Amino acid sequence: MSLVADPGLVADSEEPGARSRGRGYGSYVVAKVLGSVGSLLFMLLVNFFLFRVLPGNAAQTLGRGRLNTPAQVAAFNKAYGLNHSVLDQFWIFLKSTAHGDLGLSVKYRLPVSQLIVDRLWPTLLLVGVSTILSTLIGVYLGIRGAWNRGSVFDKVSTGTSLTLYAMPEWWLGLMLIAGLGVGFAFVPGLFPTGGLHSPDIVDTNSVHGILDTIWHLTLPVITLTLAYLAEYSLIMRSSLLDELGEDYLQTARAKGLRDVVVRNRHAVRNALLPTTTVIALNIGFVVSGAITIETVFSIPGLGQLSTEAISTPDFAVLQGTFLVASAGVIGANLIANLIYGWLDPRVRT
Amino acid sequence: MTDLAAPRLSARHLARQRRLASYRRTWRAFRRHRSGVAGLAILLVFVLVALAAPLLASSDGLDVTLANGPVLGAPSSHYWLGTDDNGRSVLTLLIWGSRISLLVGLSATVISMVIGTLMGLVSGYFGGWIGRITFRVTEWMLVIPFLPLAIGLATVLGPGLFNIIIVIGVTSWPSTALLIRSQTLSIKERAYVERAEAIGGGRWHQMGRHVLPNVMPMVFANTTLTVAGAILTETTLSFLGLGDPTRTSWGSMLDSAYQVGAITTGSWWFVIPPGICVVLVVLAFTLIGQALEEVLNPRLRARR
Repeated sequence: MSLVADPGLVADSEEPGARSRGRGYGSYVVAKVLGSVGSLLFMLLVNFFLFRVLPGNAAQTLGRGRLNTPAQVAAFNKAYGLNHSVLDQFWIFLKSTAHGDLGLSVKYRLPVSQLIVDRLWPTLLLVGVSTILSTLIGVYLGIRGAWNRGSVFDKVSTGTSLTLYAMPEWWLGLMLIAGLGVGFAFVPGLFPTGGLHSPDIVDTNSVHGILDTIWHLTLPVITLTLAYLAEYSLIMRSSLLDELGEDYLQTARAKGLRDVVVRNRHAVRNALLPTTTVIALNIGFVVSGAITIETVFSIPGLGQLSTEAISTPDFAVLQGTFLVASAGVIGANLIANLIYGWLDPRVRT
Repeated sequence: MTDLAAPRLSARHLARQRRLASYRRTWRAFRRHRSGVAGLAILLVFVLVALAAPLLASSDGLDVTLANGPVLGAPSSHYWLGTDDNGRSVLTLLIWGSRISLLVGLSATVISMVIGTLMGLVSGYFGGWIGRITFRVTEWMLVIPFLPLAIGLATVLGPGLFNIIIVIGVTSWPSTALLIRSQTLSIKERAYVERAEAIGGGRWHQMGRHVLPNVMPMVFANTTLTVAGAILTETTLSFLGLGDPTRTSWGSMLDSAYQVGAITTGSWWFVIPPGICVVLVVLAFTLIGQALEEVLNPRLRARR
């Protein structure tokens, strides 16, 4: 488990590239930042196109049939800036987004940006804890499985991972709610079926309140961890398998190193490389999990906000959550890339 | 190779024989993967059920107005898997639902594969600005989180069978495109492509006749993995109420089960069977795809 966070790994891997770091890393950072700015602009374009251009007659879609007279339509168009050309509209959209103005929710009659800020914390908590847990456990399972390939442990862990991978994560959540939340047969429900706090908790920051929140988050965190770790353990396993035939492992063994050292110091270090890329790329997948799990467990986060907006439909909210989720993924990707390039000079080419 | 020694075969004949021989080789290699064969068997059962749905259960069983079973009735000798909130047999819904789930999964995959292969080929084969732009667009699409995009698109387009296919198809191609691109990049350096260029083959000729046939195996292996993802997405979108309200799929069954509170009332027969069907089908496609990948990708084959 400590393999991922082992400080020895980090310190050692700096040595080979230490000389060339000064020059290479700067241009690598510039390239990566420019790339992310490109993604950000593209995402804004998709966002604009999706919600403003694609619906065609925006007055009809956004106004949802409540605009009857031409005067009303004209007023609506003016209020939403629809009387400008598409290019001007895009420019206005960019400007207001940069100012943090994401429009007004039809359902809540509140600015979308405020709704998002209010709902951000539960999502970050849920996704953060689950991601850390699933990465640690997944990477550990992958290493153990690949190192003892074909063993009972490997077969069970791969089989379980594949099954979990094939499972809609919210269905797993429903099963856990039914089994551990509601209870079945003579087994009582051990965990709450949803929400973030018990209704009788007054101060959510007291020790009692925090324990209550942890108790409420147990099932959702277990669900998400199981859903994510499937993918991570499969990736880690296959990238370690790729390294197994390499000559440098033979050399390490010939030097007389213990098996554990060969594994942790040599094989895993190289195998973590592709795994990190995939984990970084999969942050988008993490967002998807949060959406459905929050819905199933009634956790008042961004995911629930967006699924609640579907039935109205509250386009401004959907647009806002889409924007925040994409920006979060792009940002997380950039950070992962920068750390990664710092640790491993090979990826800077 | 010995069967090719027969004289006087036309080039086309020869090519066909070679292709047949290669299919047979692939099949033999595939058969050695026990998990892949198991996946194929599971998949065959579901495909047969989907095709034979009208024979197994009358479509009248889907009509709410004709339903006469108990509300959320437990499994009995008459209703093997119990009934839903409208008194319809869950088993009938499952059988007919397999059609929609498979149909959406396969059709969305076709769209995704066509876009992904085209983008991958173009971005890998063409240098210059065309290649660069298509590659950038692929990369940008890849970082946009999939489900929020799909939810947004599905909400804008409105619910419907055709729309959900479009939504899944146009949002799931980027990973295929990247895979095809990397394959194309390595294939276009091969000697036979150079030869084709030397004797005057145009770019489209090279791409269509030499590069494409050689990336096809990878496309095929990737297809089965994409179907798995597409079926999962269909289930999730239907569960969120974005599916076609007039048709029953496993996802929409789970949605109604959730809406009527089958979880809290303990009506397990309405929640567990559709979920297990999804898991089995997705697992089947994943296993087949993995086995195919190992058979068709020489790098992975060496690992065994």
